[in-house]
Amino acid sequence: QDNRISLWSVGDVGNVDLDGEYQRDPQLLCDIRHDGDVMDMQFLDQERIVVASSTGTVTVFRHHQNNQTLSANQRWEKAHYHVDQDTTCGGAPCTGVICNNPEIVTVGEDGRINLFRADQKDAVRTIDNADSSTLHAVTFLRTTEILTVNSIGQLKIWDLRQQRNEPSQIFSLTGDRVPLHCVDRHPNQQHIVATGGQDGMLSIWDIRQGSMPVSLLNAHEAEMWEVHFHPSNPDHLFTCSEDGSLWHWDTSTDISEKPSFLHQGGRSTTYFSHSTINQSVVSAWLSNDPTKDRMKITNLIPNQTLSVNSLDILGPCLVYGTDAEAIYVNRQLFA
Amino acid sequence: ALMGCVAGTGEGGPSSPRVFVVRRDQDIYIQTLRKLFNESHGIFIGLQRSEEELAGKSRKAQLVQVSKNYRSVIRACMEDMHQAAISTRDPALHSQYSTQVSILSAMELIWNLCEILFVEAAAAGPLLLRLLDWVRLHVCDVDNMVREVLSSENPSKHELFWNVVDVFVLQGRMDEARHLLSKEASANPTSVNMYRILDDLMKKMPVPSLGNTQTLTEMELKWQHWHEECQRYLQDGTFASNSHMESICKILLGDEDAILEKKELMTTWYHFLVTRLLYSHPTVKPMELRFYAQACMDLFLGGESSPEPLDTILMAAFEFEMHQVIKECSIALSNWWFVAHLTDLLDHCKLLQSHNLYFGSNMREFLLLEYASGLFSHHSLWQLGVDYFDHCPEYGRVYLELHIERIPLNTEQKALKVLRICEQRQMHEQVRSICKIMAMKALRNNRLGSALSWSIRAKDAAFATLISDRFLKDYCERGCFSDLDLIDNLGPSMLLSDRLTFLEFHRLYGEKRFSEAARLLLMLMTAHIAPCSFWMTLLTDALPLLEQKEVIFSAEQTYELMRCLEDLTAGKSDKQRFQDDDVESMKVEMLRLALARNLARVIVKEGTLEGS
Repeated sequence: QDNRISLWSVGDVGNVDLDGEYQRDPQLLCDIRHDGDVMDMQFLDQERIVVASSTGTVTVFRHHQNNQTLSANQRWEKAHYHVDQDTTCGGAPCTGVICNNPEIVTVGEDGRINLFRADQKDAVRTIDNADSSTLHAVTFLRTTEILTVNSIGQLKIWDLRQQRNEPSQIFSLTGDRVPLHCVDRHPNQQHIVATGGQDGMLSIWDIRQGSMPVSLLNAHEAEMWEVHFHPSNPDHLFTCSEDGSLWHWDTSTDISEKPSFLHQGGRSTTYFSHSTINQSVVSAWLSNDPTKDRMKITNLIPNQTLSVNSLDILGPCLVYGTDAEAIYVNRQLFA
Repeated sequence: ALMGCVAGTGEGGPSSPRVFVVRRDQDIYIQTLRKLFNESHGIFIGLQRSEEELAGKSRKAQLVQVSKNYRSVIRACMEDMHQAAISTRDPALHSQYSTQVSILSAMELIWNLCEILFVEAAAAGPLLLRLLDWVRLHVCDVDNMVREVLSSENPSKHELFWNVVDVFVLQGRMDEARHLLSKEASANPTSVNMYRILDDLMKKMPVPSLGNTQTLTEMELKWQHWHEECQRYLQDGTFASNSHMESICKILLGDEDAILEKKELMTTWYHFLVTRLLYSHPTVKPMELRFYAQACMDLFLGGESSPEPLDTILMAAFEFEMHQVIKECSIALSNWWFVAHLTDLLDHCKLLQSHNLYFGSNMREFLLLEYASGLFSHHSLWQLGVDYFDHCPEYGRVYLELHIERIPLNTEQKALKVLRICEQRQMHEQVRSICKIMAMKALRNNRLGSALSWSIRAKDAAFATLISDRFLKDYCERGCFSDLDLIDNLGPSMLLSDRLTFLEFHRLYGEKRFSEAARLLLMLMTAHIAPCSFWMTLLTDALPLLEQKEVIFSAEQTYELMRCLEDLTAGKSDKQRFQDDDVESMKVEMLRLALARNLARVIVKEGTLEGS
C-alpha cells in the first residue's frame, strides 16, 4: 500500500476574485509516505500535523515551508494496541486525534485514551480500557476535559485533571445502542455538542442538563462520518456520510446579519457582536422543533456516488474527500 | 506491456503437464491510472442512471456526451502519465510511463473512431468532417515540424515549408494552407498568377456541411463541377513550372499516387484513407468505408509491413464489425477497462445484439464482470467494483457475494463500509458472517463492548449469548465486572440474550431493588437461564439477600433455592466432593445455614396475621 500525507495549496482562502468563476486547481506542495491508513489528522500548529494511523501509531509531521517538504517530527508507536492475556498483540487502529497545542489526545479501537504532549517522548497519561468498545472520536470540551463517543452509542466526558480512570459523565440514547462516529462541540457555547451516528442520525446535546439529546435529526441514510460546527459562524453545521452526501445545516435566521465572508477570518474586526450570535444560536440549535423554518438544510453534492469520508471548514472554504479518491474544494461557501 | 495473461494451450496428450503462467493485473496498481478508474466509474454510474425515456436525437446527444466524457478522462490520464514520464529520472519508469502514454493514446484513437461510427453514427457528409477532425487530433507526429516552420522568421524560406503546406492540404486545413501560400506568393512575385488560381481553387472547394444548408446531392454536384475545374487547370499546365503546386493540385484531384507520395507526412494508412476520401469521395457513406479502408491499408503498407494490432482494430471498426473490435481490443490490451466501458456504452446505444456467450451472460455483462473482478483485487479500488456488479443483472450479485467476503478488514471503518454495502443489497448471509468475524476478533482482543456492538449489528442472539458468557467467566475469575459501564447501559439489547438478563440482576441489586433482584435470580435458576456452571456463583450472590434484615425470599422461593443447591451438590460425585477444597464446602454450608434461617423467618412471617 502506498498511502501518503499530502499538503496542497488552494490559493488564497477568503480572497475571492472579482470575476469569481475560474478557480485554480489545488496545487500539491509536498507529500510523504505514511504507514497504514490515515484514520484522522489535525493541525497542531502552523507547521505541525498530527496523524492517526490504522497501525496504532501516532505521528507528528512537520511542514518545512522554506523547501516545501514534510518530515516526521515525532512518533508514538503502538500508541494503540490490543492486549491478549496480558501480552501485547498487534497495533489497534487509532481512530481519532484532537489537538490543543501542546496537548494531543488520541483514542482508538482498543478503547484506550492517550494524552501526549508534543516534544515529550512518553505519553503524559494513558487511560487503559477507558471503554470496553471502540472509541470512534474525541474532541476537547474544555482545556482539561474531553468528549468521546463509542461504538455502543455513549457520549462520555472525561476530566483529565482527575486521576481516576472513569468518565465524569455518561450520556446515551435510549433504545438501540447505535454506535456514534463523530462528535463536535459548539465553538462558543461549550454546552452544545453534536454527534453523528451509524444510522446517519444527527444528535444535538446540551450537556448541562439531562442525559438525553435535545434534538434528534434524521439526516443521512448511512454512517455519519464527521460533524463540524463552522468555527467562526456556528449557526452553520456540516455533516458528511457514507451515503455520499454532505449536508449544510443552516440555522441562521436574520439574513441581514449574514457575515461578509469576503474578509479573512480572525484578524478583521468583528462583523457582528457575539451577543447576537449567542441569541440566535441558543434558540436555534437547542430548539426542540427544527422543522420550523429556522433550519435550512442543503445537500452540497449534486451527483452523489461514493462515501464522503471527511470534511473541514475554515472561513468561506470547505474541503471534503470522497471514496472516489477525489478532494473537492469550495472556496465560496456562502456566496 | 500488452499481454495480461499467458496461458499454455492445451495441445498434446492428456498426460503432458502444462505450466500456466498467471499474472495479476498490474495496471490497477499504476498510480496515474487510478484517476482513470475513478473518474470513469462516475461516468459509468451516470450513464446507467441516465434517462432511458429520452428518445431519438436527445438520447443520441446524451450518449455522445458520455462518450466524450470518457475520452476526456483518457486524455487527462495521458497528460498526467506524460508529466510523470518526463519528470522521472528512473529510466525503467520513464519507459513504462511512455509505453502507457502510447497505449492510452491508442485507446483514445480507437474510442474516438467508435464514437464517430457507432455512437454518433455520423451520416454521409458529416462523416467525413468527423473523420477529418479525428485525423487532425491524432496524427501529431508532424506537429513539431509545423510549429518550427510557423515560428521561423521567414517561413517561406524554410526548407520544410512545402512539407507543412502539404500537411495542411492533406488534412484538409485549407485556410491554414492558403495563409502559408500567401507568404510564398509575396516572396515570389513570378508565381503570383499560379498562386492566385490555386488559392481560388482551395477556397472554392466544396465541403460537406454540418447543418442542413445543403443536401448531399447539391454538394455532390458542386463538387463534381469543382473537380472538373481543377482537372482543366492541371491539364492546361498551369502549375507546370512549380512542382510543389502541381502536386498540390493533383492531391486536390484525389490522385492516389500524388497522395501516396506524401506517405511520410501522413504516417498512417488511416490518414491516407481520410485524405483520399476527402479528395475523391467526400460524400462517402458509412457502409462504403470498408472498401476504401481495406484498399488504402493495402496500398499504404504496400506489402512491406504487416498490420499491427491497432491497424486490425481500426479496420474492424471501419467494417462496422463491432464484436470484432471488442474482441481484438480484449486481446491487445492488458486491462479490461477499455472494452468493458466501450461495450457498455455501445450496449446503451442498442447496437449490440445480445447473442449469448456459452455460459449464459451477454458480452457486456461478461466484460463488466471481468473488469470489476479485477478491481476487487485492489485494496481500495474494490469499492468501484461494487457498482459495476450492481449493474450486471445476471451474475453481478453472485460475484459480489463471493468477492465481498474476501476483502481484508484491517480497521472497523472498512468493515462498516463493507457491511453497509451488504445491508443495502440484503446480503444477510454476508452481514452475519462479517459481523461474526469482527466480533470474534474483538473477543480475542478482550474488547467485550465492541464484540457486543457487532453482535447487535448482526442481530445475532446466539452471539450475544457467547459474549455474555465471557462476561460471566470474567466475573467468576475476578469477582467483579471489568466493564461496568457496559452493563449499566445495556438497556433493551439485554433482551437479545437470556444470558444478558443475569447481568440485569446485578444492576437491580446495585440499585437496591432487592425483591426484583430476588425474583430475577430465581427465574434465572429455575428456568435454567443461567448456565449450571454459574449456579454456585448465583447462589453465593443470593447470600446477602438472605441475610437482609427484611425477609426477601418467600417460603416458596426458599424451597426452590434449597432444591437448586441440592441439585448442584447432588450432581457431584463422592470423589468430587472429596476434592472440593474447604472454601467450596464452607460456601455450601453457609448457604444451607442461610437458607434454613431464611426459611425459619419467613414461615414465622407468613404465619403471622397482618395488622390487628
